Amino acid sequence: MKHTLEFEKPIAELEKKLDELKSHEASGSLSVSFQEEIALIEKKIRDTRETIFSNLTAHQRVMLARHPKRPYTLDYIREVFDHFTELHGDRLFADDRAMVGGFASIDDSQVMVIGTQKGRDTKENILRNFGSAHPEGYRKAMRLMKMADKFGLPIVTLIDTAGAYPGIGAEERHIAEAIAVNLREMMLLEVPILAIVIGEGGSGGALGIGVADKVMILENAYYSVISPEGCAAILWKSSEAVPQAAECLRITADQLKSLKLVDQIIPEPLGGAQNDVSAVATSMRQVISQTLKQLGSMGVSDRMKARYDRFRAFGQFIES
Amino acid sequence: MTEPVDPSESKLKTRALPGVETREPSITPPPSASDQTPLKRPKPVSGGPRKRLMPEGIWTKCPKCQETIYRKELEAKLNVCWQCGYHFPLTAWERVSSLIDGDSFVQADSEMSSVDVLSFPGYLSKLESNQQKTGMKDAVITGLGLLHGRKVALGVMDFGFNGGSMGSVVGEKLTRIIESATEQSLPVIICSTSGGARMYEGMFSLMQMAKTCGALAYHGREKLPFISVLTDPTMAGVMASFASVGDLILAEPAARIGFAGPRVIKDTTKAELPKGFQTAEFLRDHGLIDAIVPRKELKGRLAWYLDCLMASRDAAQA
Ligand SMILES: [Zn+2]
Repeated sequence: MKHTLEFEKPIAELEKKLDELKSHEASGSLSVSFQEEIALIEKKIRDTRETIFSNLTAHQRVMLARHPKRPYTLDYIREVFDHFTELHGDRLFADDRAMVGGFASIDDSQVMVIGTQKGRDTKENILRNFGSAHPEGYRKAMRLMKMADKFGLPIVTLIDTAGAYPGIGAEERHIAEAIAVNLREMMLLEVPILAIVIGEGGSGGALGIGVADKVMILENAYYSVISPEGCAAILWKSSEAVPQAAECLRITADQLKSLKLVDQIIPEPLGGAQNDVSAVATSMRQVISQTLKQLGSMGVSDRMKARYDRFRAFGQFIES
Repeated sequence: MTEPVDPSESKLKTRALPGVETREPSITPPPSASDQTPLKRPKPVSGGPRKRLMPEGIWTKCPKCQETIYRKELEAKLNVCWQCGYHFPLTAWERVSSLIDGDSFVQADSEMSSVDVLSFPGYLSKLESNQQKTGMKDAVITGLGLLHGRKVALGVMDFGFNGGSMGSVVGEKLTRIIESATEQSLPVIICSTSGGARMYEGMFSLMQMAKTCGALAYHGREKLPFISVLTDPTMAGVMASFASVGDLILAEPAARIGFAGPRVIKDTTKAELPKGFQTAEFLRDHGLIDAIVPRKELKGRLAWYLDCLMASRDAAQA
């Protein structure tokens, strides 16, 4: 089933027209050829796609980042890594399926890969809690990261979450503390860490696995301190202001890159990663292996200092 | 009536003057240089969220027990209602003077202030009105001072400044005072009160969470203690960063503490929230908080905790 976002509707309408024309021709009651018209519409579709997707607003990118067909963490793990072996549980309370992790290899080197996981349908979304982890997810992630640190495996995290889960159990088991501990402990891990925002980078829930030596982002992913919806509700008291909030918060890949908040953008095909998963995976694989090679060539203390300095540098203020 | 008085006596007096508590507070502009001078408190001014909660004018009403209270007496009792124990909010400077010996506090980075890094609509005027209202440059005071004779690094947030939200200035000032503490082998105490990250600074605000926690990681690696004091309210991005990683986590009675706001949780889960949800007492019972400490005992307790946490260092230096 094809999923059409609001701003993709002009394309969908042209495609519908094209289908009608084609079927009309195929029904063949008239021996008239529509080849010329078909070619014309096909060109119009290409042009419209080009225009729409090369001028995406921040809010449209947020919608693409949430596209129900968008590849999720396990899709990329399958495409990018070899021999992924999932490991379960935080050894304290439960196994949070909104956070996955395990051993994998890339370029014949072993790594620990960890990421937030959304569900593709209702049933899987219940299992995955729509990609919003509980404290157990962050504690599982930290358990696996500490194990990676102990045995010298580089860590790759894939971020795709609307945010940590706002629920009663999450509060009772101290979701804030689970995230905070990760922020502190990730700073002291001796192994290389690479984080990639592949879809939604939802606030503290994203940062909870995002304290890395390098932070990359897919072209249509976003990373924000608050959801555009949350921001619009608080500041403008209106859901009409969501596009404006999305723009003001500077959350798209290119805006984050120009503010130096992310290190590199991984390109996506026109229309979004869902249109060519393996092309995105190929770029991602290259970025991961290059980055891990570069980070691996640094001495431990240099790498840790660079990680500290990376985050230390964030913030603008005046002193006078 | 400038001297602290006996509670029972005051109760009689306040009852003898019914209706006086509604008198409008006098409006005093904050002294512009207030946070250059150690320990000088900005005078309370009216407006904003303080109007409801903060004692202003001559009389105020306790929101918990409805008692009419003489304001100067309330101040003398660290803004705690002596009838019911309700803890009124403290400004950052009131908190500093409640914890630090005499005039020993030396403020750090007193002139640091925020910039509108994202050109976010309304941010500059928001900053200006908060500076006017509080007499502070931003939502935290940091510095070094003596606590019962022991030198400590202290950070104190002020909810009155844009809900104590953390942007670049709050993150940078806290990080610097933590780094100073690491260099000088000092314990760190941070008294938090915040609605979370400051959305006007976008991702720069989120990054302050990692920055402050990173500084505490290196401070802790030197086996130096960090005590986090949670006051009403401490939520979201502040709770999900430095406020949650204390060697000790203390809280004031009845302080609201949590990650997500209660309304968001209700809307998301469609469930009834448990009784006392996201209060200091609830979180102590669920294992997060080492101790709930009434305000008047806080300084003494901090001194004792630091005596314990610094014992081997103190012995090595003796
Ligand atoms: Zn009272």
